[in-house]
Amino acid sequence: MNDMTPTREQREAALEGMGCKRKRVEDVRFTQGKGQYVDDLKLPGMVFGDFVRSPYPHAKITKIDASEALKLPGVIAVLTAEDLKGVNLAWMPTLAGDVQMVLADGKVLYQNQEVAFVIAEDRYIADDAIQLVEVDYEELPVLTDPFKSMDTDAPVLRPDLEGKTEGAHGPRKHHNHIFNWEVGDKDETAKAFAEADVTINEMISYHRTHPSPLETCQCVASMDKVKGELTIWGTFQAPHVIRTVASLLSTIPEHKIHVIAPDIGGGFGNKVGAYPGYICSIVASIVTGVPVKWVEDRMENLSTTSFARDYHMTTEIAAKSDGTVTGLKVHVLADHGGFDACADPSKWPAGFFNIVTGSYDFPTAHLEVDGVYTNKAPGGVAYRCSFRVTEAAYCIERGMDILAQKLEMDPADLRIKNFIKPEQFPYQSALGWEYDSGDYHTAMQKAMDTIGYRELRAEQKAKQEAFKRGETREIMGIGVSFFTEIVGAGPSKNCDILGVAMFDSAEIRVHPTGSVISRMGTKSQGQGHETTWAQIIATEIGIPAADIMVEEGNTDTAPYGLGTYGSRSTPVAGAAIALAARKIRNKAQMIAAHMLEVSEYDLEWDVDGFQVKGNPEARKSMKEIAWAAYHAPPPNMEPGLEAVSYYDPPNMTYPFGAYFCVMDIDVDTGVATTRRFYALDDCGTRINPMIIEGQVHGGLTEAFAIAMGQEIRYDETGNVLGASFMDFFIPTAVETPHWETDHTVTPSPHHPIGAKGVGESPNVGGVPAFSNAVNDAFQFLGNTHIQMPHDAWRNWQAAKNLGAHS
Amino acid sequence: MIPGEFTYHRPSSVAEAVAILVSHGDEARPLSGGHSLIPMMKLRMAAPEHLVDLGGIADLKGISEDGGAITIRAMTTQHELIESDLLSEKLPIIRETSLLIADPQIRYLGTLGGNVANGDPGNDMPALMQCLDASYVLTGPDGNREVAARDFYEAAYFTALAPEEILTAVKIPTPPAGHGWAYEKLKRKVGDYATAAAAVMLSMTGGTVTSCSVALTNVADTPLYAAEAGDILNGSTLDETTVGKAVAAAEAITDPASDGRGPAEYRTKMAGIMMQRALARAAERASA
Ligand SMILES: Cc1cc2nc3c(=O)[nH]c(=O)nc-3n(C[C@H](O)[C@H](O)[C@H](O)COP(=O)(O)OP(=O)(O)OC[C@H]3O[C@@H](n4cnc5c(N)ncnc54)[C@H](O)[C@@H]3O)c2cc1C
Repeated sequence: MNDMTPTREQREAALEGMGCKRKRVEDVRFTQGKGQYVDDLKLPGMVFGDFVRSPYPHAKITKIDASEALKLPGVIAVLTAEDLKGVNLAWMPTLAGDVQMVLADGKVLYQNQEVAFVIAEDRYIADDAIQLVEVDYEELPVLTDPFKSMDTDAPVLRPDLEGKTEGAHGPRKHHNHIFNWEVGDKDETAKAFAEADVTINEMISYHRTHPSPLETCQCVASMDKVKGELTIWGTFQAPHVIRTVASLLSTIPEHKIHVIAPDIGGGFGNKVGAYPGYICSIVASIVTGVPVKWVEDRMENLSTTSFARDYHMTTEIAAKSDGTVTGLKVHVLADHGGFDACADPSKWPAGFFNIVTGSYDFPTAHLEVDGVYTNKAPGGVAYRCSFRVTEAAYCIERGMDILAQKLEMDPADLRIKNFIKPEQFPYQSALGWEYDSGDYHTAMQKAMDTIGYRELRAEQKAKQEAFKRGETREIMGIGVSFFTEIVGAGPSKNCDILGVAMFDSAEIRVHPTGSVISRMGTKSQGQGHETTWAQIIATEIGIPAADIMVEEGNTDTAPYGLGTYGSRSTPVAGAAIALAARKIRNKAQMIAAHMLEVSEYDLEWDVDGFQVKGNPEARKSMKEIAWAAYHAPPPNMEPGLEAVSYYDPPNMTYPFGAYFCVMDIDVDTGVATTRRFYALDDCGTRINPMIIEGQVHGGLTEAFAIAMGQEIRYDETGNVLGASFMDFFIPTAVETPHWETDHTVTPSPHHPIGAKGVGESPNVGGVPAFSNAVNDAFQFLGNTHIQMPHDAWRNWQAAKNLGAHS
Repeated sequence: MIPGEFTYHRPSSVAEAVAILVSHGDEARPLSGGHSLIPMMKLRMAAPEHLVDLGGIADLKGISEDGGAITIRAMTTQHELIESDLLSEKLPIIRETSLLIADPQIRYLGTLGGNVANGDPGNDMPALMQCLDASYVLTGPDGNREVAARDFYEAAYFTALAPEEILTAVKIPTPPAGHGWAYEKLKRKVGDYATAAAAVMLSMTGGTVTSCSVALTNVADTPLYAAEAGDILNGSTLDETTVGKAVAAAEAITDPASDGRGPAEYRTKMAGIMMQRALARAAERASA
């Protein structure tokens, strides 16, 4: 070989394939302010829509008078439910099998509910006109406490459901009841509790919060009446599903609807569902014949489009006196607000909450979830979460801590004692899942050694003594969290959205010069798909990632897919990408064989091309093969080099991790300071370690926010409090703790590249780590459980209740 | 989040600005940094028809010392307060407080005049000005008048300022060299208004307090000058019992709202804790 021939290592490095800390290619435009978001779109003749919203949380609407608004120059129309009824769109179906008002139809069910849609020539006029629309309300009694939803004298929130004893998920037992969902073995579980040495029973709440992406929900709808085609640009995490839904609702044929999700400024589950803003913009464009833009403001986003969590989980664990767990019983009261607009796979009213047995070998378990209506905004989306996995992880991780306390055992030791053992995988959980793989003991040991767990416990003990002697007003908490996630929805045998199975797809085209364009059914909102998808392809077909363009979000060009949420992109689309790439490599092998005049079985793959076994000098690079595919393909072979793959995963993937939080709390102010936060993640094969680290940092920051203050709160009269960034806690770099990240690698046995998905793990595992740290800090003063969020005043209150103030 | 319609004026002198205010009365509002007013307009909680931008008036800029008093002209930004060598030397508590306001972007635009004229109990400068016994120069059609910061605030957004007046300067008696000072603010995050905050200025001789003033932020619908607390501390050695009494006196005059920062009881207690911590730091800084 002469000096100019690159070595194998150099060729490999040039690919920037899997495992490479490749810099995010999308950031070139994002960091220069050159992203193209929905609100950057300006179309000729475009007008603006905006909502008249209800100041009341529960009221009858007796009159809507838009005459003054219509007199304002520049106002084009004001839509109400009556207008939408004409096109059968006053109500829309939700993903959860309920129906939801698009515009208030006779009544409102939550504060800020959409009442009328004003269409005007600019945003200023629209907002002026909103003030001129007169709405007469007759206030009704307000229901905000989910625990009172099913009281006999509770107000009827949904007269439209009157007399309906069957809901989308079985019988309803009360006029404000939505569904009851039961999993597991009730009798076996009762037996386990009867025979238990020790049991715990605690109502653990995961409060209502909101995904709050920096870019709010927005869209531009444009109806071309001549062609009969509708184009919708929008902040859609699942553009293909939006197109299908739009077609079903509008009766415009699906091929005449073009849905385009351009750059998206964060989603976190907020941009999965369909909202009144989309429907109204579409109708408005059909009515006016011009493009209509709708852009939510921050308060609208926080108070109307999709909250998350609001689960109240009565948690019981049965155990032997040595700490072995023998049974788990959980009852969840799920507050869904005025409509059940939960974004779960259709058959799963409480998502995958039945992952609540967590990382532990529970021989038996029983779970029941009751969904109820209240006068709050609808939603229940998976905020950086695979469908209620965050709630489940919080439930079991708090529960294990409470059990450890009762047993006077160390919470880390209790977890290790009950871990599912490596040899038990694939593991059948008591609530019905098959965990694909895991090595919990190794991860936990590595985490404990790295953070110096035993030393921290010793330090904590000394500090507690000093506190009792009056030498310090600071207390120390150590939060342990060992979570198992279930992601990658999902296998068609158990996951669909409105009947569409939750597969995903990839299409890869290799051009004659050896560069590539590839398209997927997913849609990045910041996850970095343009970078990582190219890395998978680069490794699989030996073309440098830099020569591979990734495009998502346009339903005209991308293959059908179910979108990006629930950490499903890597487990599902990631697999489709690898398989499509392998189809290309297989064809390339035949072409190479033809070029080298050998049998394809005489060839072996080597980084970026094929070589003859035993004679590596005889090789063809992928670039050469690509040219041949278009220039001189083997006889009897179709020219070209492209492939499509639709992947229906055989199972979910089960990422896991060990997180530790060390916290100091000033009992006089309640201010908590995170001293250390260590996060070990096992997401199987690591495609881009830098992107993983970034995802973990972001998710941990959200977890920190949620656990320590982020909340959508309602007062008893139904006013939504804190729906602005003044009160809704979004930490800045100043408040955000320093993150220490680490990993182990247990590849998924059923995924083509062994990857499991990581984007949500830090949110799922982080919240219990923070909450356990706070609870642990107060434990020596007699605390069992303090509800989240743990903001300063609540910590102060806890200290006061436990007698820590003089 | 879109304001109503308004007419924008940019006068180049105080007299011209006052004249615009006079001709539009209640319908006009001065605009300084806009970081309190514009958010209120976007929420349509304020809907002035005329905005009188004071940004073009050169006379409203600058910090100077003259005859035992420091004068800060109204359009001096919070950032300029932080950068001022004169203030760092003679009135370091202003720098300390300014650094706790909002974030750098807001401080580049937000002004001292706007902060004290606004009348929002959440603003940090009003209590500080009361602690420093500052007075405000108000310029109207009939010329100037001076109102003490301690007399200026009536209720949330209600002050002694008349609609046709402009607050043109803040005058602060130069404190004695060697004084102790501290501003302690409890907040949930950068950019948040205080859960409670306390300003303390004191002088000490031989371990005894010879003068002391205390004021509190955001624990009532106005800033609070805690006169009694200051009196109790004056002449003391800051022993635990006296400090306890003073803190109790300060807590007694608070009347905070319950909000996302916490219930009223908590915020009152935090006013006490902030005051205690400010006292301790001020005492440490004072040359005995
Ligand atoms: C996110 C955020 C966080 C903030 N956090 C804090 C904080 O922690 N602490 C704090 O103190 N402030 C805080 N602020 C407010 C900020 O300091 C403002 O700049 C300040 O309150 C007002 O000053 P301004 O120059 O911006 O006044 P403007 O907003 O222009 O005016 C405020 C009011 O005062 C009137 N006014 C202004 N100037 C004059 C004058 N010279 N004469 C008469 N009337 C006048 C206006 O008509 C208006 O009613 C925050 C603001 C934001 C947006």
